[in-house]
Amino acid sequence: MAPGTNKGIIQLSDVTRTFGAFYALRKINAEIREGEFFSLLGPSGCGKTTLLRLIAGFDEPTSGAISIGGRPMAGIAANKRPTNMVFQSYAIFPHLNVAENVGYGLTTRKLSKAEIAAEVEKALAMVDLQGFGGRAAHELSGGQRQRVALARALVMRPKVVLLDEPLSALDKKLRDQMQVELRALQQSIGITFILVTHDQEEALIMSDRIAVMFEGEIAQMASPEQLYRRPRTKRVASFIGVMNFLPATFVAQGDDGVTVDITALGRVTIRPGMVPEVLNPATIDTIGIRPEMLTILSNDAEPAERSARGSVTGTSYYGDMTYYTVQLAGGGDPVTISMRNTAGRSVLPSGSPVTVGWGAESVVLFE
Amino acid sequence: MRGSGRRGAAKWLSVYAVTYMVFLYAPVILLPLFAFNDATVVAFPLSHFTTKWFVVLWQTEALHGAVRNSLMVALSTAVFSTVLGASAARAAARYRFPGKAPVMGFIMLPLVLPEIIVAVALLVPIMQMGLSLSLWTVIAGHVLICTPFSIAILSSAFQGFDTSLEEASLDLGETRLGTFRRVILPLVMPGIVSSLLICFTISLDEFIIAFFLTGTDVTLPVYIWSQLRFPTKLPSIMALGTILLALSVVLLVLAEWFRRRAARRQGIEASVTGGLV
Amino acid sequence: MRMRLGLDREARRGLLLLSPTAGYALLMLAAPLVMVVTFSFWTQDYLDIDTTLTLNNYREAWSEPIYRVLMFRSLRISLIVTLATVLLAFPVAYFLSFHVTQRKALWLFLITVPFWTSYLIRVFLWKVILGFNGVLNTALLEVGFIEKPLTFILYNANAVVLTLAHAWAPFAILPIFVALEKIDRSLLEAAEDLGDGPLRRFVRVTLPLAMPGVIAATLIVLIPTVGDFITPRLVGGTEGLMIANMIQVQFGKANNAPLGAALAVSSMVIVAAVSLVIYLAGKKLGGKVE
Repeated sequence: MAPGTNKGIIQLSDVTRTFGAFYALRKINAEIREGEFFSLLGPSGCGKTTLLRLIAGFDEPTSGAISIGGRPMAGIAANKRPTNMVFQSYAIFPHLNVAENVGYGLTTRKLSKAEIAAEVEKALAMVDLQGFGGRAAHELSGGQRQRVALARALVMRPKVVLLDEPLSALDKKLRDQMQVELRALQQSIGITFILVTHDQEEALIMSDRIAVMFEGEIAQMASPEQLYRRPRTKRVASFIGVMNFLPATFVAQGDDGVTVDITALGRVTIRPGMVPEVLNPATIDTIGIRPEMLTILSNDAEPAERSARGSVTGTSYYGDMTYYTVQLAGGGDPVTISMRNTAGRSVLPSGSPVTVGWGAESVVLFE
Repeated sequence: MRGSGRRGAAKWLSVYAVTYMVFLYAPVILLPLFAFNDATVVAFPLSHFTTKWFVVLWQTEALHGAVRNSLMVALSTAVFSTVLGASAARAAARYRFPGKAPVMGFIMLPLVLPEIIVAVALLVPIMQMGLSLSLWTVIAGHVLICTPFSIAILSSAFQGFDTSLEEASLDLGETRLGTFRRVILPLVMPGIVSSLLICFTISLDEFIIAFFLTGTDVTLPVYIWSQLRFPTKLPSIMALGTILLALSVVLLVLAEWFRRRAARRQGIEASVTGGLV
Repeated sequence: MRMRLGLDREARRGLLLLSPTAGYALLMLAAPLVMVVTFSFWTQDYLDIDTTLTLNNYREAWSEPIYRVLMFRSLRISLIVTLATVLLAFPVAYFLSFHVTQRKALWLFLITVPFWTSYLIRVFLWKVILGFNGVLNTALLEVGFIEKPLTFILYNANAVVLTLAHAWAPFAILPIFVALEKIDRSLLEAAEDLGDGPLRRFVRVTLPLAMPGVIAATLIVLIPTVGDFITPRLVGGTEGLMIANMIQVQFGKANNAPLGAALAVSSMVIVAAVSLVIYLAGKKLGGKVE
C-alpha cells in the first residue's frame, strides 16, 4: 500500500491530447496519491511522456482537466506549478557549475545568497554530492549528472517530482544501484514521485503503484505485485515479465468459481476471488501461468497439486536459474519453466521426459 | 603492394593540396609586397622598402570619408542582420509551423541569387518611388545578403540547443524572459559574436550592391573601384588592401577564438567547420 | 483559442518569431523582384517611363545578337568556371577529409583567408599577375621558359575563368568537405571488405555519398558567377564581357532600365532552369541531395 496519507495529490479527469487526428492520450482518468511512488509504464509512443509533460505544464491537454493539490492547472504555466522535473537528458545547464545549477530555481524566489547556498548544500548532501558545488557541468559523470538534476528538483521543495526516464542513460550496473537509492530517497523524504519508464523491471522495483499504458490509454493501474500476479489483459501480462499462454475453454460458472478446460493441462476451477470482476467468463479463451509457477517434478519431490507430462525441448542457463522450454503432451505452444538451481539439482538435457507440476491458484484468466 | 600504392596516392594528393594553396595565396602574397614597394608601377622587379604609401593613405581625405561610411554601413548591417538572423534561426530550430520550409527557403535565397539581381531589384523600386540613394539603401541591400549568413551560423547554435534546458529553466520557476537571459543567450553568445563579425566583414567588402545603391557617400570598395582606374593611385590601394586583409584576418581569428572558447567552456567539441557550413 | 487558424501555441510563437525576418525578405526582396518583372514590361521614354505593358524589351533581349552573345557567353563561362572550380576543389576537400588528421581546422581557416581579402583588389591582383609585364610573364622570361610575354592569358575568357575559379574556391571546397566528413568510415571498410579496390571503392561508395556536397558546390559557384561583372571588367577585355556588364550599362550609361530589367529577368530564368537541371541530374546520380 502507498505510504503516507491516502489523500490524492494529482487528479486527472478525462485528459485527452490529440496531435491532428492522432490521439496521444485518450480520456485518462487517474488519481495519484500524496507521498507515493507512481510509475507510468509502457512501450515508446504509448503517451506516458506526453502525460508527464501535461502534468509539468509544458503542454496543455486538448480536453479534460488536471489538478494538483486540489488546484485546477488549466492556464497555469510550467514555472508556476508545484512540480519539478528530472529530464531524460538531465538538462544540466552547461554554462553553470553544479551549485549554480542546483540553485538556479531558488534565485527566482526572495532568498539571500547565504540562504541559497545553504539550501544548495543541503540538497547536494541529500544526493550524496557534498562538496561538488564548484564542479563544472562537463566534469560530471552520467550518474553524477542524474544526481545534480535530482537535487535541482528537490531543492525547490515541490509537491511532486516528475522523472522522465531518469535512468535510461546509465549503464546496467549503475542503473540497478540508482533504482534502489532513488526509491530509498523518495521514501525518506516522502514527496510524491511520478516516474516515466519503459523498463518493467525498473517500475516493479521502485513503485508503489504502476499505470501500464498502451496507445494513449491506461490498460491497468495497480500495485506491482497485483500487476504481476493478476494482469488484466494478455497485453499487460506479456509486457510485464514472462507469461505462458495456453488455450482454454469456458465450462461453467458456479458458487465455487469459474471452471475452464485448459487444453494442455486439463479441467480446473478458479475460485471467485481470483476472477476479475470486469471479465465475462463466457468469453474466456486463454489462461496464463508464470514460468516460476510451473515446476519440473523430480521423482523424489513432494507431489504437486496437479501435474502434466511433457518433454524438454530447450534450456537456457542463467547461473542462479535455468529456463526450460517444455512441450506439454496435451498440446499447445511450448511453455517456459524457470527453476532455481539449488544444490544437487543438475540441468536436464533436451529431450528429457518430465512431469510438470502446477496449481489452480496461479492460473490467470483472459478473454 | 596495395599499401605502398595508397601511400603514393596520399603523397600526390598532399603535393596537389600544397600547389592549390599556392594558387590560392598567389595574389594575397603580392599585396604586402607591392604595398611596401618604393615604385609607382605595380610590377616586378621590386624596388626598395617604403612605408610612404601608408602615409599617402593617411593624407587622403576622400578615403577617410569612405572608411567612415563603410564602418557605419558594416556596423549597422552586422547588427540588423544578426538580430533578424537570430530570430529566424531560433524560429526554424525551435518551433514547428506550417510554411516553414518555403519561407526559410525564400529568406535564404540571396545566398544563391547573383548579387547584381539583388542590386537591380532594390534599385528599381527606389527609382520608381523617387527615393534618393544613400548609405541606408546600401544597408538595406547588405542586410538582405548578410541575414542568410547569420542564419547559417546561428542555426547550428540553435539547433544544437537542447530544448529540455529551456524547459528545465521554466520548470524551475524562471519566466520566459529570464530563461532567454540566463540560459539561451549565454549559450548562443559565441554564435551571435561570430555572426556579427562575419556580417561586418562581408558588408565591409561588398561591392556590387554598394556600387548600385550608393549615393554621393561612397563606401570603401566603391572608392577603391574608382581609384583602380588611376595607375598612380595603385600602390596606395595596395597599402589599403594590406590593411584590410590584416583587419579581416584579425576579425576572423577573433570570431573563431570566441566560438572555441565558449565550446570548450561547455565541454562540447568545437566542430572544425564552425557555424559556416 | 487553440482552434483559431488551426494553429497551436507553438506554431504561433514560431510564426511570430520568424515574422520580422520574413517581413523584411518580403518587403525588400519579394516585392522588389515583382517590381523588376513588372518594370521589364515597360518602356523607357527618354527621362520618363511608359507604363504600357509590352514585350518589346524581351523581344530585343532575345533577338539582338549582342545580348544573345553575352547571355550565352555568360552561361558558357560560368559553366566552365564551375566545372573547373569543383574539379580543382574536390581533391583538396578529399585530402582534408581523409588525409589530414591533425589541424583540420587550421587548413580550413587557411583556405578561407584569401577569400576575406577585398574582392576587388584580389581580382585586380590577378591582372597584375597575368598582365603583359605581369608577375607570371616576368618570372617565365627570367627562367627562360618563354622568349616573348604570353598574351593569351589576360583580357579574355581564360583570365575570367581563372580569376573566378580562385574567387569561389572556398565555396566549392567547404560543401564537398562537409559531405565527405559525413561519410561513415565503416562504409568504406565494408566496401573494401567486400572486395573493392581503392578506385572501385571511390567510384562506388565515396563519390555517390559525396554527391550532395558536389551538387551544392556546383550551384553555389554557378549561380553567383553568372551575375558577376567586376571580373569581366577588370580581366576579361571585350571578349570576356558578360551579361551582368550589359545589365549594369543599361541601368547606368545607356539609361534604359526596363531593358536592363528584362535582361536581368531573362538571365535569372536561364540560371534557374540550368540550376534545376543540375539539381535533378545530381539527385538522380547521387540519390538524396540536401
